[in-house]
Amino acid sequence: MLLDQILIQTVNGIVTGMILALVASGLTLIFGIMDVVNFAHGELFMLGAYVGVITIVASGSFWLALVVATLVIALLGAVIQITTLRPLLGRDPLTTILATFGLSLVLQNYALWQFGPVARKIPEPFTGHFTLFYLDYPWYRLAIAGLSAAIIGALWLFLKFGTYGIWIRATTQDRVMAAAMGIPVPWVHTAVFAIGAGMAAASGVLFGPLVGVNHAMGLDWVLKAFIVVVVGGMGNLGGSIAASIFISLLEAYASLWVSPAQAVIVSFVALILTLLFRPTGLFVPTPK
Amino acid sequence: MSGSASAAAPLVSVEEIHTYYGKSHILHGVSLEVRPGEVVGLLGRNGVGKSTTLKTVMGLVKPSRGEVRYEGRGITGLPPHRLARLGIAYVPEDRRIFRLLTVMENLRTGLDRGGLDETRKQALLDKVYRYFPVLAERRNQAGGTLSGGEQQMLAIARAMMLEPKIILLDEPTEGLMPRMVSQISHIIEALHQEGVAILLVEQNVPLTLEACQRVYLMEKGVVRHHAGSAELRADPAVIHQYMGI
Amino acid sequence: MSRHSPVAFWTGFTLVLVLLIVAPLVLPEFWRRFVTEILIWGLLAMSSDILIGYTGMVSFGHSAFFGLGMYGAAAALLSVKPPSLWLAIVYGLVAAAGVAVFVAYFSTRLRDIYFSITTLIFSQIFYVIIFTWTEVTGGENGLSFRRPVLAIPGLFSMPFDSNTLHWFVLAVVTVSYLVLRRITQSPFGMVLQSIRENEPRTRAVGYAVEQYKIVAVMLSGLFAGLAGVLYAVHNRFAAPDYVFFLISGEVVIFNVMGGIGTLVGPLVGAAFFLLLREGFSRFFTEFYLIPVGVIFTAMVIFMPQGLLGFLRRRLNE
Repeated sequence: MLLDQILIQTVNGIVTGMILALVASGLTLIFGIMDVVNFAHGELFMLGAYVGVITIVASGSFWLALVVATLVIALLGAVIQITTLRPLLGRDPLTTILATFGLSLVLQNYALWQFGPVARKIPEPFTGHFTLFYLDYPWYRLAIAGLSAAIIGALWLFLKFGTYGIWIRATTQDRVMAAAMGIPVPWVHTAVFAIGAGMAAASGVLFGPLVGVNHAMGLDWVLKAFIVVVVGGMGNLGGSIAASIFISLLEAYASLWVSPAQAVIVSFVALILTLLFRPTGLFVPTPK
Repeated sequence: MSGSASAAAPLVSVEEIHTYYGKSHILHGVSLEVRPGEVVGLLGRNGVGKSTTLKTVMGLVKPSRGEVRYEGRGITGLPPHRLARLGIAYVPEDRRIFRLLTVMENLRTGLDRGGLDETRKQALLDKVYRYFPVLAERRNQAGGTLSGGEQQMLAIARAMMLEPKIILLDEPTEGLMPRMVSQISHIIEALHQEGVAILLVEQNVPLTLEACQRVYLMEKGVVRHHAGSAELRADPAVIHQYMGI
Repeated sequence: MSRHSPVAFWTGFTLVLVLLIVAPLVLPEFWRRFVTEILIWGLLAMSSDILIGYTGMVSFGHSAFFGLGMYGAAAALLSVKPPSLWLAIVYGLVAAAGVAVFVAYFSTRLRDIYFSITTLIFSQIFYVIIFTWTEVTGGENGLSFRRPVLAIPGLFSMPFDSNTLHWFVLAVVTVSYLVLRRITQSPFGMVLQSIRENEPRTRAVGYAVEQYKIVAVMLSGLFAGLAGVLYAVHNRFAAPDYVFFLISGEVVIFNVMGGIGTLVGPLVGAAFFLLLREGFSRFFTEFYLIPVGVIFTAMVIFMPQGLLGFLRRRLNE
């Protein structure tokens, strides 16, 4: 019996972990390239879910909603970066945390204003279960994990090959020399922020069917994403993916014994232990 | 082979620039010029502001006063990525190659700047591999795994990808073995033959005098003396005075 | 310039103090409460300034100190009959100090953004504990209790009315301000500022930076806890919402809006924010955070020194 429960939680943990990985990779990419801790990342996730809701209501298609939400929020991300973050380049990193914090308040309350406090629902794109031990486990959950993995995989390929991927990697390593090589660094920053925003939005739509979509859904995620980014090593893409799954698994197992609200303490503890003993990140092979 | 040295308008001219790092006044009114195709040296002890001068030209540091001109146009305050595309390339003091990118990817940061078709790109690559055969061997290796001398070659090769009209070279021979030093010397000569101008900052006096047509001598943030290298070769006392050797 | 500053300062100080003393006598009850709350949040913001403005450690976890001060006071007021004001203060300060010890430890091991994120997570840990440990903390609903009387055993005892409560809070906040001001202008305070300016150099000169940071955190935590106690006494309840990290965020907003490193700036920032909230609520109801958030973000970009930031040098001489 316990073994069954553990295995089920393992699957759950991996599913949540993949979505978290999608959110966190955007965050770590943004931090790695421009030293910005994007407090508003959870709100981009949330707004993505809302755009998804609107698109589904208008068109009936989940997949269209996924694409539209990603593009719209990526655009919003670009606008945010250009108006709010570019002026702050070169200033104390504290200011970017504050600015994105202020932004998150605005976006959260804007959503509350526009959509009201009642949660909306994004219907699953396809139903259907299979039997996982004693549970009817929905196929959709596995699909989410697969899709998230696919998106992250596509990102990885884009970064590894392709001209712009090289530009992004070069700018992340040494933005001064990247500029000296003719790479338009300010635009690379904008593009990366937009990509991160788009990925957060996609996660929001994918995650939508699992929970209700409401204005406060970003808060939990931004905290978890921060933890993941630190535990995985700031700026380390592979690390944050591994950390996402690790943390989600820990929480999934913990919720066998304590309530989900308390299970989050597990991730907090993981963060604190990491900061005390392996501050560059649990999964970081060599220092950056 | 002095090219069009004497009467030509300068390619790069630095006019009375003052640069600060925070509160430190590093450059106190530096003026110099480089004409097309010239190799010009900038000598001086550590800390007099030679690197800062190069950084100011490259737009990495903004001067508080003064002008930098390129082909007659004022470029002060333009962002570095624009200057790179205009034809100014920078090879910094600690090389600063992209350690986590492969040799090929390092080169591509300059090669992929747009406006080059495949044939031209391949021709550029071939040229650079002729100059630096070892880079061809290591083309898929991460930059960080190269030796110091190889990294220096990569830094220069990377700059060449921009097909620049002028290369700002900051202490290329620092920390290199004598064999590498003479290789650098040959590369500078080859670039000069191609018509690329070079502003060379160095501590290695003999190499500088051999490679450059003219030399500026800096002290405490200003250019104190300026002469042709032949003249300086004949009278080494001047150099000793400014280099403190 | 510094010859005239003390005169200017004390004149301004006395003027504001007189205004605040008179306030409850002339203002309607609603605004009287408002001013008292500004004072309490102002004390919290001042305590946070010790870390943010003076030592350069941005804490996003002050809601933990505040909340624990609040719940500590609640514990005293609920468990000991008759409820004692002084016991509430002691319990609250001890609770806040307990948390401060942990944060102080982290402050010596972590820098900059890692410290900030850790403090944020810290306040969330306490939030989750308080929220879920319903038997002890009342969980979601919090705790309510009666207000204690102002008593000095053996001398007198009188219940608070709205005026005396206000004056009590004013007294505590004023004394706290003067104490903190004295500290920040002392050699200790100078070292803190030097840590903010350039930590490696301060260390190189020979100061035991870790010890200074620990003291700064304890100091900051204690005064934040005191603010929590005042809040509990004033409002007669304690709720987990005040431990949620958004409160810490608001405190940082007070600091930045008012001007970090000025001590009085954060208090002004708190007043400014609360006034904006009050004002905007009339038009935007519960969505006041949209315009306030926009103003805050704009201030971060265009006015990073805050409302009183230009006074920073003068106030610290």
